Amino acid sequence: MLSIDALTKRFGQNIAVDAVSIDVDRPAMIGIIGRSGAGKSTFLRMVNRLSDATSGRIVFEGRDITALKGAEKRAWQAQCAMIFQQFNLVPRMDVVSNVLHGTLNRRSTLATMFNIYPDADIHRAIEILDRLGIADHAPKRAEALSGGQQQRVAIARALMQDPRIILADEPIASLDPMNAQIVMDALRRIHEEDGRMVIANLHTLDTARRYCDRVIGMRAGRVVFDGTPEQLTTGVARDIYGADARFSEEATSTAIETLDRERVREAEAAI
Amino acid sequence: MSDLTAGQAGVARIGDVQAAYMTMTRRKRMYGGVMLVVFIALMVSGFRVADGRNAGGFWDGIGNIFQFPGEVLAEAGEKIANLPGLMWTFLPSLIETINIAAASTLLGAIMAVVLSLLATRGLAKWPRLVGLFRRVMDILRAFPEIVIALVLIFILGGGPVPAMIAIALHTTGALGKLFSEVNENASLKPVEGLRSVGAGWGQRMWLGVIPQVAPNYLSYALLRFEINIRASAILGFVGSGGIGYDLKNAFSWGQGRYDEVAAIFLLLFGTIVFFDQLSGRYRNKMIGGA
Repeated sequence: MLSIDALTKRFGQNIAVDAVSIDVDRPAMIGIIGRSGAGKSTFLRMVNRLSDATSGRIVFEGRDITALKGAEKRAWQAQCAMIFQQFNLVPRMDVVSNVLHGTLNRRSTLATMFNIYPDADIHRAIEILDRLGIADHAPKRAEALSGGQQQRVAIARALMQDPRIILADEPIASLDPMNAQIVMDALRRIHEEDGRMVIANLHTLDTARRYCDRVIGMRAGRVVFDGTPEQLTTGVARDIYGADARFSEEATSTAIETLDRERVREAEAAI
Repeated sequence: MSDLTAGQAGVARIGDVQAAYMTMTRRKRMYGGVMLVVFIALMVSGFRVADGRNAGGFWDGIGNIFQFPGEVLAEAGEKIANLPGLMWTFLPSLIETINIAAASTLLGAIMAVVLSLLATRGLAKWPRLVGLFRRVMDILRAFPEIVIALVLIFILGGGPVPAMIAIALHTTGALGKLFSEVNENASLKPVEGLRSVGAGWGQRMWLGVIPQVAPNYLSYALLRFEINIRASAILGFVGSGGIGYDLKNAFSWGQGRYDEVAAIFLLLFGTIVFFDQLSGRYRNKMIGGA
């Protein structure tokens, strides 16, 4: 379905993504882990074509994505939704308008300039918001919402695109644990109910373990691990993060469950 | 989660949200449509009134609009061989014009930095006097350069100095307003940090605010410099020297001197392009972390 072949991105002397090859044969929920600077964001941005690859190919259902230009490239971007760490909504526009931005690829510039969308789309936008539990905030400005709510608006915008793939670049990195869980639950549900492929960059191991069917570990631009969450042992994790024996998974955790007493004591002992 | 178990009540609720949002959207669209109609009606009727009061009428005159530039270009074309020589002749007055503009921009910008910092809420040394400093800038901005220059020429006699003072005063008002808007967007965190170590107002501004806003200051000041080159050329018409004086002479001679007019325009155009390129390069350098 999605096949990535030796994808490389260079910034001058630095190689951000180094010959990454990944094959995905069915819609799965894939987590990419690795420390900051490992090339996770650059990789996702290349899949969405926000930035161009230096070399290598991305093939989706037989179509070479890396070679697309102009309107075809924008049509691909509409099929391949992106969710950002900082939400990237238009802060001064209302929530529904932000969700409707998911249809921009299908609409003329003139109509969208005057914020004119078909009634059916507006109804669908509100249904999507309801599915994510934030329909009551529909008429508010996006900037008036909390971080977790804004991220759900961003997911709603992605769903409005009716995409084949959802890319999520550190979707929970700027959220508190409670909101992080709501957002990750929403992404998992979208994957299970709609059968959409989800690729998420995550910075915590336990999130990847808990929500993903497949985990890819990146270090210094290279893929150093590709397997199921079960295969991801502490030793492998140390390898991915380049950490020594003192590395404790719980110490990097943001989930609420891990904060029960026993583990807190363990973490304290580890420090 | 509660939204997963949305049953009949949930369906009714989402219907309400949709209906409420649709009402809001329709109202917004209606306002937008009414505004558009009013706008077009005002534009059309306003144009008709203005055209009716015009001595000649817009539609009668529009055909002649290219006549004068045509004459100038035709004559300049005939004497094209003279142009390089004439441009060389006018170069000293061009330099005088640029000098007036440069000196007045520099003086005006320095005064504008001080005034703008005193007139920005949150940064001002005397918060109660913010309004006063704003009014001072308004007044400086309200008088056109040419009015100040005429008064000063009356007092001081013709020459570049009155022109320089006149443009500097106007620049102070105009840049002060823009600078204070830039200041408002500056982060107060570094300022607070400096306050916590016991820095004085001048130190806080110079070390905490200026580094943040310098690139924006520079780009506004360079834009103002371009405007001031034109202003200084125009002030030549009222007797402050520079290339404007030559342009006025060439114009008042009428036909027979249009090659000079063309040469002066070419010089002015070249100068503006040159400084535009220069300012773009410097601004990029500054933003690029140099």
